Amino acid sequence: MSQQKNPIMGWIDDRLPVTVTYEKHMSKYYAPKNFNFWYFFGVLSMIMLVNQILTGIWLTMNFTPSADAAFASVEYIMRDVEWGWLLRYMHSTGATFFFIAIYLHMFRAVLYGSYQKPRELIWLFGMGIYLALMAEAFMGYVLPWGQMSYWGAQVIISLFGAIPVIGDDLTTWIRGDFLISGATLNRFFALHVIAVPLVIVALVVLHLLALHEVGSNNPDGVDIKKHKDENGVPLDGVPFHPFYTVHDMVGIVVFLMIFCSVMFFFPMGGGFMLEYANFEPANGLKTPEHIAPVWYFGAFYTILRAIPDKLLGVIAMGAAIAILFVLPWLDKSPVKSIRYKGMISKTLIPIFGVVFAILTWLGTQPSDGYFLGLINNTTLAQWLTAFYFGYFLLMPFYTRMEKTKPVPERVTGGH
Amino acid sequence: MSQDGVNNSRRLLLLGSTAAVGAVGAGFVAVPFLASWNPSEKAKAAGAPAKVDISKLEPGAMLTAEWRGKPVYVVRRTEEVLGMLEGLNGRLKDPANDNKAQQPTYADNLQRSRQPELLVLLGVCTHLGCAPKFYAEVKPEPFDADWKGGFFCPCHGSRFDMSGRVYSGSPAADNLIVPPYSFEGDNVLVIGIDEETA
Repeated sequence: MSQQKNPIMGWIDDRLPVTVTYEKHMSKYYAPKNFNFWYFFGVLSMIMLVNQILTGIWLTMNFTPSADAAFASVEYIMRDVEWGWLLRYMHSTGATFFFIAIYLHMFRAVLYGSYQKPRELIWLFGMGIYLALMAEAFMGYVLPWGQMSYWGAQVIISLFGAIPVIGDDLTTWIRGDFLISGATLNRFFALHVIAVPLVIVALVVLHLLALHEVGSNNPDGVDIKKHKDENGVPLDGVPFHPFYTVHDMVGIVVFLMIFCSVMFFFPMGGGFMLEYANFEPANGLKTPEHIAPVWYFGAFYTILRAIPDKLLGVIAMGAAIAILFVLPWLDKSPVKSIRYKGMISKTLIPIFGVVFAILTWLGTQPSDGYFLGLINNTTLAQWLTAFYFGYFLLMPFYTRMEKTKPVPERVTGGH
Repeated sequence: MSQDGVNNSRRLLLLGSTAAVGAVGAGFVAVPFLASWNPSEKAKAAGAPAKVDISKLEPGAMLTAEWRGKPVYVVRRTEEVLGMLEGLNGRLKDPANDNKAQQPTYADNLQRSRQPELLVLLGVCTHLGCAPKFYAEVKPEPFDADWKGGFFCPCHGSRFDMSGRVYSGSPAADNLIVPPYSFEGDNVLVIGIDEETA
């Protein structure tokens, strides 16, 4: 054993379980051998988390969190700080790529039923991360104190005002003032750089601990622990390190190539990542002509707008996020993977992906426009919102009704 | 440790009472953390009234004043506009100012103002707080084919008439707020003070 080979490791292992932990989570963590493309996005999210933390720490070194100086300090970072422009673009582009990775990671879970028993807690921790990430991204976008920062914050904080009775006092409490002001900016800075990142990191640790307790799902949704060799190693599993660490390297390099292409050549993302109105300092007297969230909030913003009533709109938006949490208990299918589910699920899951993408797109568009010149954006948003909720609320029925295919004993494909 | 002769009910009482004291302590400790989020004394003191010279405001025109960091719209309405207000009642959510919180008592009338022609409104949409835009002209607009002039919020499409009353079908539920205001002489509007004390 390695402990005997290396006296220093032996000394440490007697005091801290380094080798045991390394083996449990890396060299003797057996992951199914049939992982496909979709299984890159977990590790890619981690890479983006590290990117955000690292560049974020460096940005705080030159950023000034006050209403008078924030906008100018961002311009200072962009123009005068050595490589400041790169650090900021790594951070702002990183936010977008973090969400791309997270959304694809979540869709993977939907495709292969990774949230199903016994992985409900993994899903819940993951949803916690997603929720914290939305708060983190929202507060981060307020910090440059441009027009979109200001009015985005105005709209989002006003959402809490829809709560009956306490709504108005609650919004004042969140803002720390009777309007969005330096007090708001300053506390968002504190939350953005300290509080929420701590929560996210803690949740990531729990997410991984829960995953390594029950083991990874796979595209077939079969339990690889059912068939083990004489040493107790799953026949369809391979050690995470070195097999998947090396395998993931390829994905990481390709992902970072795309990341760099966007960061260097389209850092604004055509106005979807950094909005043009945000190049104007915050002005509390004038709302920009066209106000839209950054793309990754688009779907929920569309659902909010689709309902022409303040309280109901806010409830619908909250419900759209909340319903994701209970997904493990909505899916009553006896099989996990889309490969063996019935025709209804097979049809609805891809449609759901497309619907979510269109909802996201609509959130960035004016509500009185026309989608592809065909249908009024608001009407379309209402139909798609109905589909969104229908997909989840009817899931307990259609997943039980439909005829599933038999799941194989062992994983298919693989290397 | 021996479990013989353990007084379980006493253990439970000790457990319960220490937990309760701890919870109360935690509650007290939470107070400064939560209360520090309230507006500071400085923020509360920043509510000075704003004085606006309205002598140059032409009929039909609007000026935007700043009061407590928020936009205040001041519009001098024409007779023609005032004449149309009554006829809009059927298309509005709250034509008769049933929500008394949206205006001071002296503006609880059809014009929602002290002086019939002079409209003073907080330019903060009652939906999600954007600043509605002034569309004064009576003409078909993309957002309303039968537009009679008023305010349109670019954020979520809430519509308000020329006295700040919200149209049915808007996401906003309430009329725009009329802030407390008064006059100093004929030409100075004082926003933030009810009484004509000056």
